[in-house]
Amino acid sequence: MEYPSFQSILIYSSLFLATYFEVFLIMTLLGNSKKLRLENTSMDDEPTSFPTATIVVPCFNEESTVDGTIDSLLSMNYPRDKFNVIIVDDGSTDKTWQYIQKYANNPQIEIYKKENGGKYTALNYGIQQSKADLIGCLDADSYVDKDTLRRIVRYFTDPKVMAVTPAIKIFKPKSIIQYLQYIEYQLGIMIKKLFSYLNAIHVTPGPFTIFRRSIFEKIGLFRHAHNTEDMEMAMRMQINHLKIENCHKAFVYTVGPSTLKTLYKQRVRWTHGFLENTIDYKSILFKKEYGHIAFFTLPFSVVSLMSVISVVCLTIWSIFKSIYDFIIRIIIVGFHPHFHFDLSFIYINTRTSIFVGIVLFSMTMILLLNGRKISEEKMLSKEILYFLIIYPLIAPLWIIKSVYNTIFSKKTSWR
Amino acid sequence: MNKDIPKYIITFIITALLFITAFYLSNYFNNKKTADIKATADKISIDLLSSETQFDILKQSSCNQLDGSILADELDALGDKLNYMESQVGSTNSEVIQLKKYYSILQIKDYLLMSNYGKECHTKSVSIVYFYTNDCQDCKNQGYVLTYLRDTYPGLRTYSFDYNLNLSALETLISLYKVPNKMPAFLINNKLYNGFMSTEDIEKIIKPLLPPTATTTATTTKVK
Repeated sequence: MEYPSFQSILIYSSLFLATYFEVFLIMTLLGNSKKLRLENTSMDDEPTSFPTATIVVPCFNEESTVDGTIDSLLSMNYPRDKFNVIIVDDGSTDKTWQYIQKYANNPQIEIYKKENGGKYTALNYGIQQSKADLIGCLDADSYVDKDTLRRIVRYFTDPKVMAVTPAIKIFKPKSIIQYLQYIEYQLGIMIKKLFSYLNAIHVTPGPFTIFRRSIFEKIGLFRHAHNTEDMEMAMRMQINHLKIENCHKAFVYTVGPSTLKTLYKQRVRWTHGFLENTIDYKSILFKKEYGHIAFFTLPFSVVSLMSVISVVCLTIWSIFKSIYDFIIRIIIVGFHPHFHFDLSFIYINTRTSIFVGIVLFSMTMILLLNGRKISEEKMLSKEILYFLIIYPLIAPLWIIKSVYNTIFSKKTSWR
Repeated sequence: MNKDIPKYIITFIITALLFITAFYLSNYFNNKKTADIKATADKISIDLLSSETQFDILKQSSCNQLDGSILADELDALGDKLNYMESQVGSTNSEVIQLKKYYSILQIKDYLLMSNYGKECHTKSVSIVYFYTNDCQDCKNQGYVLTYLRDTYPGLRTYSFDYNLNLSALETLISLYKVPNKMPAFLINNKLYNGFMSTEDIEKIIKPLLPPTATTTATTTKVK
């Protein structure tokens, strides 16, 4: 009996974990299909009450992009006397402050300027200026739909709900990199929804997560948290057993990085932040009192990063080996390709890993297509192909760098 | 959380079932492949038997009618398929070992037939009998050389044998020509050679032995 090689143990364990993760998610989807249908049908019902809400818009050298954001906020279908916008200029060095003066006379808008301290300080400043029941934030390059806040507010009728996360989409993708994210975010919408059913949300995204004001009094304001304050807040809420919900039809549009370089930087920040925050909150892991976030979300997210790295290393190693063999072959016999036109079915790869790969692919497609369905996109488009082919090739780049940063404790930058 | 433990267990069971199904599917296809290879080997065996019988019946007068080149291509194709299977399911798989033995016997029979044919009909031909082992460093490179020679010289017959195959017919061949336990080893027209031989080394030996038409079809660019 031949013993399995180290490589195959690595590959099969990674495949097993990935399959386990997706089976678990799909079971969650099937188990909550009734609840999901109910949410969909009642999504546009009239909210029983309209709590007061403040949206904080932090700016740093944003100038003109802030217009679209403010316009989308003011166009929202929410009673004007019940919500206001607080723009906080976090010590911009360009003409942002002069630019936003035009909003100074709007009764729904307050503008403030403070010294530069980072996004989370601008958020906290805005929160402290507000007296509303609900508080959310919107980046100066993001937009909301008319119904976004209205739909979210319905989830707050349950007094136990302390925060509601939105459904984020990429705004008008143009480059291939943006299309990749467009599809990725749709998969994300489904996964976030399923995490909310498990009460295992581990990120309360900056763009338009709405919080009850009382949680800031209870557990404090935003922290620096390795430049990922939205992840840290979610974990802090989880460790305090505060309920986080998700409204999958509360659409928020954000402009995605358009080049590989800017995407890479953003993702290194996110992934590194995730790892550092998880380390800070490692006391949550595998503790029964915290439920699925302790046994499912966090462990799998961490392990998946490790799997990706090991599979990538293996793949690179075997590619180099093939190239080396190819070069040796050329040295020995010159460049004479040995064409072997035998279309026998024997040469089709039928290893177990291939079939498992097919299963994984199908499950990912199920999750993706369901994500598109619940976020009101049409089911099929050619961009899905870009995502399936290109994304797995570039994601390892930032994953490796993030893990490297975490192990060697390097700091990431915001821009 | 306690009421959720069943979900974790069920998920584990479903995932395990998916893996087992994938494994069985893989096995099913591998078995089909070995069956197909065996069927091909059977066909070649019959063709060989037929050629041998033809030769026995006609003796010298068969010299114009016997064309061994088709059989050579089929044998080579069989060898390639067998190599691929070995790389997929491993060289300790019992089915693969059986097929290798079958294939080796067919090669030996073809070798003998071609030798007899050459003697009786006085044709010029070159056969390279090549011995390898799975753990020999140079054997892979030697394989490239032989594949190249096979492609370039249609009149050349190559036969490759796993030295450690544990087949009585092969053992006889080995002891008859006193092939030592140092790989790679060659018999080029029944003369023994040892160690790695480059394309130039072998070409030097076989070129004078090949019929003239064979060399004109080859276009070679030597890599210095």
